[in-house]
Amino acid sequence: MSSLRILVPVKRVIDYAVKPRVNRAQTAVETANVKHSMNPFDELSIEEAVRMREQKGHHKSAPKVEEIVAFSAGPPKSQDILRTAMAMGADRGVHVVVEEKDALEPLGVAKLLKKVVDEQKSNLVILGKQSIDDDAGQTGQMLAGLLSWPQATQASKITITDSTVEVIREVDGGVETLKAKLPMVITTDLRLNEPRYASLPNIMKAKKKKLEKKTLGDYGLDTELRLKTVKVTEPEQRKAGVKVDDVDGMIAKLKELGAL
Amino acid sequence: MLPTARTSALRAARSQLRRSQPIAVPQCSAFARLASTLAVLEQKDGKFQPASLAAVTAGTKLGGTITAFVAGSGVKSVAEEIGKAKGIEKVLYVENGAYDKGLPENFAPLLVENIKKGGYTHVIAGHSAFGKNLMPRVSALLDTQQISDITAIESEDTFVRPIYAGNAIMTVQSSDSIKVITVRGTAFPAPETEGGSATLEEGIDPKAESQTEWISENLQKSDRPDLGSADKVVSGGRGLKSKEEFDKLMPPLADALGAAIGASRAAVDSGFADNSLQVGQTGKNVAPQLYLCAGISGAIQHLAGMKDSKVIAAINKDPDAPIFQVADVGLVGDLFEKVPELTEKLKAQ
Repeated sequence: MSSLRILVPVKRVIDYAVKPRVNRAQTAVETANVKHSMNPFDELSIEEAVRMREQKGHHKSAPKVEEIVAFSAGPPKSQDILRTAMAMGADRGVHVVVEEKDALEPLGVAKLLKKVVDEQKSNLVILGKQSIDDDAGQTGQMLAGLLSWPQATQASKITITDSTVEVIREVDGGVETLKAKLPMVITTDLRLNEPRYASLPNIMKAKKKKLEKKTLGDYGLDTELRLKTVKVTEPEQRKAGVKVDDVDGMIAKLKELGAL
Repeated sequence: MLPTARTSALRAARSQLRRSQPIAVPQCSAFARLASTLAVLEQKDGKFQPASLAAVTAGTKLGGTITAFVAGSGVKSVAEEIGKAKGIEKVLYVENGAYDKGLPENFAPLLVENIKKGGYTHVIAGHSAFGKNLMPRVSALLDTQQISDITAIESEDTFVRPIYAGNAIMTVQSSDSIKVITVRGTAFPAPETEGGSATLEEGIDPKAESQTEWISENLQKSDRPDLGSADKVVSGGRGLKSKEEFDKLMPPLADALGAAIGASRAAVDSGFADNSLQVGQTGKNVAPQLYLCAGISGAIQHLAGMKDSKVIAAINKDPDAPIFQVADVGLVGDLFEKVPELTEKLKAQ
């Protein structure tokens, strides 16, 4: 019977409801004075880890959750989302402070996470399937590759019995089921769960939980960027269309546009 | 004497400077001639998945040679079929049932061995469930930073991709010696699947073990066109109110148009439609000739997946719904009346 030491990496991103604007110099998206929050997929990761702990009471063969560590590599303000993660149920947080201008690429984050996994002796890493800012969708798979661990991406259901993990994952056209042994890397898909809201008492309690601050230097990593941003531009805007009065009007207009 | 010498020296220097610009172009194309691309293609149950040919189209934009790669059981006939597609010089195939399910734990080492042996400069796959799962693992093993979901190629090292749910378009230049790339299928239409004559060659098989075991799958059976590559898509959202209404209204409309069915996240979350039908930032990207949607408000996450459609038509009862800002044709009205009427009138045509 093994126990779970879960690592949950979380990322601070522009809130999903905000419409991002490209800055005037066309070098990046404007992030100053914009509402930020936890990447939505990462909320699912935390929620799933916490549920694994709660389920332990319900069925016997589920392994005990020894610890849930929330991790983030990002600007000083990333500690806000680590506090949120702890208010949702993570036991403690590790924050590698990386200024926005030095932001890491997924490969750099994966390399850093590999070191953190070793340091924290994690045997299960649950990540979001993608961050909604860069939309790369790479970090989990890269980490699994670097660790030579099995991976299950876009998970919609996770069942752990002793040290066997069964995952239902979303694929094109439906779902597939995979089985593997711990240690493992899993990335979350939207259908996995419904993240809870942190309650006020839990938010207060989270303030007392341990939040360790580290730097990239502590991990001795080469995080030189491989990709240079040449420019960031606004997407082409669609031309405003027309409103029609009825179904006949719609059919006529679609014909005119060559769509029918 | 001296001034003349100076002017001629200046002229020489200037002409050399001037020359340095045009030279940059031949240098570039000389590099392109050296580019060699490995296009990772997909097969399922011994059937070739033509949508994965987008990787070949992207490869042709790089110049240089294109080798296609396919692995699985009985894959030689698939390789022969692939070999007919235009633009491919060679098809590398690896016959081994262990690769049938595209499990990244053994497929990634398989690719890495073949990439190293072939000395490819670019490795390209579609940004499909298969490519998304596999390629980052390959990148990490090669120590290269992948470029995901590209929509355009500017040069052999410069690529364009949408970020922030398509609300910004980023151009990036890679300094990695091997560029690992996934491509958005709708941005790179598949090449002609006839008229090519590639040679077939067996790839190397490192026979790595997979630590994951494939147990089963449950795929939506459908005779309709594939959502990702359909010419027409009809899509329903929260406005349909229930699974019963979704199933009652959307399939007949899809059939009347010969369209694939899509859904918004709200419709998927509420259980009206299967998750695999979700169109948007975290679901499928579609760019059909016609995207006809009903009961979808048009959140940015949804627009991310369909705003490259040629013509967008929307039916919604809220005249202020954001969907009308991108729709070419908008109809304000009750979808429970308008959709059946539209279906009948389309059928009658």
